[in-house]
Amino acid sequence: MLGYIHSTESFGTVDGPGVRFVIFFQGCPMRCLYCHNPDTWGFDAGTEMTVEELLRQFERNKAFYKSGGITATGGEPMAQLPFLTALFTEAKRRGIHTCLDTSGICFDPAHSERFDALLSVTDLVMLDIKHIDDERHKALTGHGNAGILAFAQHLSSRGVPLWIRHVIVPGWTDAPAEQEALGYFLGGLKTLKALDCLPYHDFGKQKYAALGIDYPLADTQPVPPETAAQARNTILKGMKKSLREQAKQA
Amino acid sequence: MFTAFATEWEGFEPGRWSNTSVNVRDFILKNYTPYDGDESFLAGPTAATTQLWEQVMELSRQEREAGGVLDMDTKIISTITSHGPGYLNKYLEKIVGFQTDKPFKRALQPFGGIRMAQQACKEYGYEVDPEVVEIFTKYRKTHNQGVFDAYTPEMKLARHAAILTGLPDAYGRGRIIGDYRRIALYGIDMLIEDKEHQKETHFVRMTSKNIRLREELSEQINALRDLKKLGEIYGLDISRPAKNAQEAVQWLYFGYLAAVKEQNGAAMSLGRTSTFLDIFIQRDLDRGILTESEAQELIDHFIMKLRMVRFARTPEYNSLFSGDPTWITESIGGVSVDGQHMVTKNSFRYLNTLNNLGTAPEPNMTVLWSTKLPTNFKRFCARMSIKSSSIQYENDDLMRVIHGDDYAIACCVSSMRVGKEMQFFGARANLAKCLLYAINGGVDERLGVQVGPKYRPVEGEYLDYDDVMQKYDDMMEWLAELYVNTLNVIHYMHDKYSYERVQMALHDREVKRYFATGIAGLSVVADSLSAIKYAKVKPIRRDIKIKNRAGEVVDVARNVVVDYEIEGEFPKYGNDDDRVDEIAVQIVRTFMDKIRKHHTYRSSIPTMSILTITSNVVYGKKTGNTPDGRKQGVPLAPGANPMHGRDTHGAVASLSSVAKLPFRHAQDGISNTFSIIPDALGKNTHIFAGDLDIDRLTQEALEEDDD
Repeated sequence: MLGYIHSTESFGTVDGPGVRFVIFFQGCPMRCLYCHNPDTWGFDAGTEMTVEELLRQFERNKAFYKSGGITATGGEPMAQLPFLTALFTEAKRRGIHTCLDTSGICFDPAHSERFDALLSVTDLVMLDIKHIDDERHKALTGHGNAGILAFAQHLSSRGVPLWIRHVIVPGWTDAPAEQEALGYFLGGLKTLKALDCLPYHDFGKQKYAALGIDYPLADTQPVPPETAAQARNTILKGMKKSLREQAKQA
Repeated sequence: MFTAFATEWEGFEPGRWSNTSVNVRDFILKNYTPYDGDESFLAGPTAATTQLWEQVMELSRQEREAGGVLDMDTKIISTITSHGPGYLNKYLEKIVGFQTDKPFKRALQPFGGIRMAQQACKEYGYEVDPEVVEIFTKYRKTHNQGVFDAYTPEMKLARHAAILTGLPDAYGRGRIIGDYRRIALYGIDMLIEDKEHQKETHFVRMTSKNIRLREELSEQINALRDLKKLGEIYGLDISRPAKNAQEAVQWLYFGYLAAVKEQNGAAMSLGRTSTFLDIFIQRDLDRGILTESEAQELIDHFIMKLRMVRFARTPEYNSLFSGDPTWITESIGGVSVDGQHMVTKNSFRYLNTLNNLGTAPEPNMTVLWSTKLPTNFKRFCARMSIKSSSIQYENDDLMRVIHGDDYAIACCVSSMRVGKEMQFFGARANLAKCLLYAINGGVDERLGVQVGPKYRPVEGEYLDYDDVMQKYDDMMEWLAELYVNTLNVIHYMHDKYSYERVQMALHDREVKRYFATGIAGLSVVADSLSAIKYAKVKPIRRDIKIKNRAGEVVDVARNVVVDYEIEGEFPKYGNDDDRVDEIAVQIVRTFMDKIRKHHTYRSSIPTMSILTITSNVVYGKKTGNTPDGRKQGVPLAPGANPMHGRDTHGAVASLSSVAKLPFRHAQDGISNTFSIIPDALGKNTHIFAGDLDIDRLTQEALEEDDD
């Protein structure tokens, strides 16, 4: 089986625990306005690679990955579900820690069993929730968020450890009410292990220029780290509200 | 040899070091206290340290404003005893001594070459005293004159075309580390006694080799006597061993100071002093006569002095080394051969000077890294690296196998056992240029003149890998021989006219000498050969006008390959791709084997380095377009680094390519200059990221509700 791979990064330090071998899958159905990897969008590109080729690259330098593992990201890795499943299955067989960095867009709540094989060999999911409001999510990414939120709940009920990432974009995700609502939703996830609020940056601008695409957030200013820290606190407030209610019900 | 256990040694565990012979390693292993704790014991700067450092910063500012030099000696030739005492503030300095009688005043050191000394002065608006110039042109020959008397026309041409570059033929070769610790442990008198004994018991059959050594031993003894006088100039008696920590640091520093007073070397490294000095500090701490703050003050003042070492150098020298480095390398940490780590509290104190005095490139703090170093020390190093970007790391696990546990680094990567091994520094051969010579049959691609042997140049529309490799092999054969012979001339003359008598006085009589060679442009060569092998490379030929010194055209070189067109993709060194990495490995092995074929001066052992950290910029200027697509003038990559921007698979892949290079064939060191922004090392500093504990969060939520 062949996967379509955009590239690999041998020294990933922010895509899961430890130092990781990061595989960027080619192709993504989302069109997030602030995407900084527009070069991974198209499904008609990428290098064909086998599971063996990828894991061989990992194995050569596995001394570096003692406390890490592999991370599948993209693009959207779940858009190549059979290949991704094969990759993680083999990685797991070799005792490698597997991490899936996804938007969850490909999850189909009506057929959640299709994802059972993958999730049984996934040690950690890093789920990027772009927006808690369905309409705003659609405007920001081109798709609604129902499936994504359902995926989060599915992971929670299956006991899959979960990290949530949320990018703070001025004018899009910086309203405290929305952040609190997001937190309230997260409060219902039993397997949540970490919450990263990432400040919006415009490092992707040059790639857009190189690809000849207009940069949609040309007028948006990068966010200082303090704003993201503040947003995280607001989200935690929402989470606490949910946790409090649950505790009282119990 | 020693008759009694000196009173200054009281409290130390005796051993071979005190009973039999000069043996600093034995002293360290018997007496040091490994430290596994963290940095919480460290002290900040004392008021005296802060006051002195402000004075130094003010002098640095004045030096910058004066155009880079504050003052220069133009009359007094620098020797160990040439100057009276100099101070910043006599009453505050715990460690004393300057190269001249004033801080920041540069000494006059003409033994390497009088013209170099004159140029250095002239550049900054000074003039060497005419009498001194007369002495060093008429009556006293310098190293530089000696070398040029013996050079062949071919050597001069190779030097002019810059296929051999940075040769220490007009400046001090440096790279020799005296075992300055011996002065603190034994005092000068015992060392003189030892040297006298060495001389008395040496061969009496007067071959030129034996005569030379006898003369050198006498020179060494004279240097030790002068060193004792240097102590007296500052009112200190260093004839006996140091009796406390302050004396130990001071005695040791006098040894180093004597070396930099006599030698303006390309790298004047310090050795491996921190754990040695810790033994004296720990003894004083245990006796209750020294506090941690006072201990740190001693180290701060010592490091302050090292940061103030200055040499008079020419602009060409500074452009070759991208600045005015002194390479005062100090090797910290490491592991002993029996597996015990050698980190002490003083290892922390040395690095703590980067906190107390702020960050600085000198002294070049080098951590001898091992997987066996204590975790607390590793963490401290990492934190200090992120904070200061001033720490160098070297692989102790690799070097310990060859040099044991009392070696140190000279310059940036050259390893040698302290007091037992030394090296002849050999600059480097430009292998990228050598490849261009192979393609052009020995004709220089910039000058158009025949520099290398007149072999058949490449023919045809495209470069053929096997053909180029064959020609390259032949050209490397020529270059290796010329290079070794050129260095033989240089080191013969350096020993004759600018002998490092103090540093060698702090060595054993029988020293192991390394004959260090070096290569530049490895990644350009690997990528060029990869392009020729895996893509199609079309040479572009042009005529080059050959000019004389006046700039007049005297001849035309026909059909010289001056540029290349590449069709297609090719694997590039730095991506953990064996197809090209193997080429790099092969080049290293091949060139080293060719070096090994030749006679080396004083039976020295040939080694090779891949370490141009700064001079790669100048080499790039002197190397024409290369078949990998690099343009003339673009810097070569530093050391063994991949070419800038060509390693596209991240740091691990890039490091893995470099790690394939065989240390056995590049024993003088392989350097990889690695920059990374702290954020790319992980999210530790991101306050907006973090782990969650849902139970704890629930607890918090309920407590907030109660309020």
